[in-house]
Amino acid sequence: MSCEFKISQEFVKKVDETITHYPVSKRSASLPLLHLWQEEFGYVSNQGVEWIASKLDLQPINVFELVTFYPMFRDKPAGKIQFRVCRTLSCALAGGYELFDHLKKNCQIEGDGHHGPAVSPDGKYSIEFVECLASCGSGPVLMINDDFHENVSNDKANELVKKYG
Amino acid sequence: MAIAETRLIFKHIDSPGYTIDIDCYIKNGGYTTLRKAITMKTAEIISEVKTSGLRGRGGAGFPTGVKWGFIDPTKNTKPVYLICNADESEPGTFKDRQIIHKDPHQLIEGMIISCFANNVKLAYLYIRGEFPEGAKILERACEEARQKNLLGKNILDTGYDLEIYIHRGAGAYICGEETGLIESLEGKRAYPRIKPPYFPAVLGLYMCPTIVNNVETLCNVIHIVKMGGANFAKLGKPNNTGTRLLCVSGDVVKPGYYEFEVGALTLGQLIYDVCGGIKNGKKLKAIIPGGSSAKVLKAGERYKIKQKQADGTMADVEIALEDIPMDFDTMAAVGSMAGSGGVIVMDETRSMPDCLANISEFYAHESCGQCTPCREGSLWMKKITTRIRDGKATVEDVGVLKNVADNIAGRTICAFGEACSWPVQSFVTKFKEEFETVAGNGAKK
Repeated sequence: MSCEFKISQEFVKKVDETITHYPVSKRSASLPLLHLWQEEFGYVSNQGVEWIASKLDLQPINVFELVTFYPMFRDKPAGKIQFRVCRTLSCALAGGYELFDHLKKNCQIEGDGHHGPAVSPDGKYSIEFVECLASCGSGPVLMINDDFHENVSNDKANELVKKYG
Repeated sequence: MAIAETRLIFKHIDSPGYTIDIDCYIKNGGYTTLRKAITMKTAEIISEVKTSGLRGRGGAGFPTGVKWGFIDPTKNTKPVYLICNADESEPGTFKDRQIIHKDPHQLIEGMIISCFANNVKLAYLYIRGEFPEGAKILERACEEARQKNLLGKNILDTGYDLEIYIHRGAGAYICGEETGLIESLEGKRAYPRIKPPYFPAVLGLYMCPTIVNNVETLCNVIHIVKMGGANFAKLGKPNNTGTRLLCVSGDVVKPGYYEFEVGALTLGQLIYDVCGGIKNGKKLKAIIPGGSSAKVLKAGERYKIKQKQADGTMADVEIALEDIPMDFDTMAAVGSMAGSGGVIVMDETRSMPDCLANISEFYAHESCGQCTPCREGSLWMKKITTRIRDGKATVEDVGVLKNVADNIAGRTICAFGEACSWPVQSFVTKFKEEFETVAGNGAKK
């Protein structure tokens, strides 16, 4: 069961302004609108898919197929504090897997978390292994919500959990 | 340090007191080249870029002037679009991140000059979704440029109008492929288009002529216009001109990003002199020289290449891994590629099946799924490498793995087919014995 989100005037204003960036084809605004929706409501629900589709004169499937294609969009809520740990080679050489396991244990998150967030039982934290975050020289790296952190040792990870928690 | 860096693009990166606002950029000479460019004839700018010999810095190394030259302004009646490819996501590459986050106006100025040269009125900067802060920085930079009449309507009172919008991706590696990027920018799944007929210069964004250039490439345009194409061509080597941003990661003492004239230093100098050698006194085992799609180079390998001698003749010479100059042509001659400039170093303790399993998981996740050989093949390569790594495979599986890879390259719409099979082919061939030993011995990771 998905709940109905209330759409504010400010949100509509932001959306309308964004659509003006694409004077040739409104459809180009699909990704930006999905980002706006997810930032506002936390995930892209059916309501989001339908609302965006109608805003851009598209069929809901045209929007839904983007949610399932692009890894950053999710159709369920993630944790309030989201860890996205880089999994790819340079970070793995620098200890990315150890960092991932450490955070998972520390925040009591069960589940795999490979490409798709695993959420803690209280919904506070979620963790996801993501592919290369393009900072290979300072691994292991992770993002906490929209913030980027590099050279993250287990100690530094503990501090970050405290800071965001 | 034996070899000095030549910092054109990284000139101000990390220098104390240098900030990302427009005033700091202008104080350091920013936007003076735009003022110069906008008084030039557009054909003149394109000609300078051709003379410079600049090759694209995204991975393929295609000559930028030639790319621009595909669009004939005397015949074309459609609008021309320019897209900056800032979807930096090739594993091992982190150069564009530095420019975007630390010197955004350099990129914006490079874009404006390139747009002016190609008579572009509307341009997009496609930045990967995982750079939310970078997107905000660039949006602010565009706003600052608009306020100073460097962007928007009637730029610097010349009558030239240009709008640049920042467009965020959403985590798909395939958006770095230019036709996939265009599909994504049109609001669709990033399925690459087949060429022909969909060459971006002919049928690009909204089926109009489109130029797609990498961040570093567009920044180079400023320096070409500033110093002149002929002077730029004096940097580096013939057919490998200018500077190159190199990113080194993995098992070296000082990983990081550096800028050198193309081919000015060898792989050995980069790793041992610039980056302080292998970490913890270990020995080198393998190097991926140009992003994870590039074929791996094995320590101790020797390569036969043709090299120009002092008297101008070509001769066959044999060089060691450490002696490979960091340029496009030699890197191709030794069977790999300079690619995106991302160098990943692995020491003697690293398990090659483990490293390849990591890389294969990346490609299995990132295949867009459009072409069967790639969609199925990348998944099987991940499954088999993982099984080998975990010692749950047979010796024959190593051959099966190689066979799967051999049947992907050349059978797909875009170059992802090559990108995912080259690592497998090279790792399995060069470290065959290790793969066969690990495959059946039940060794835990």
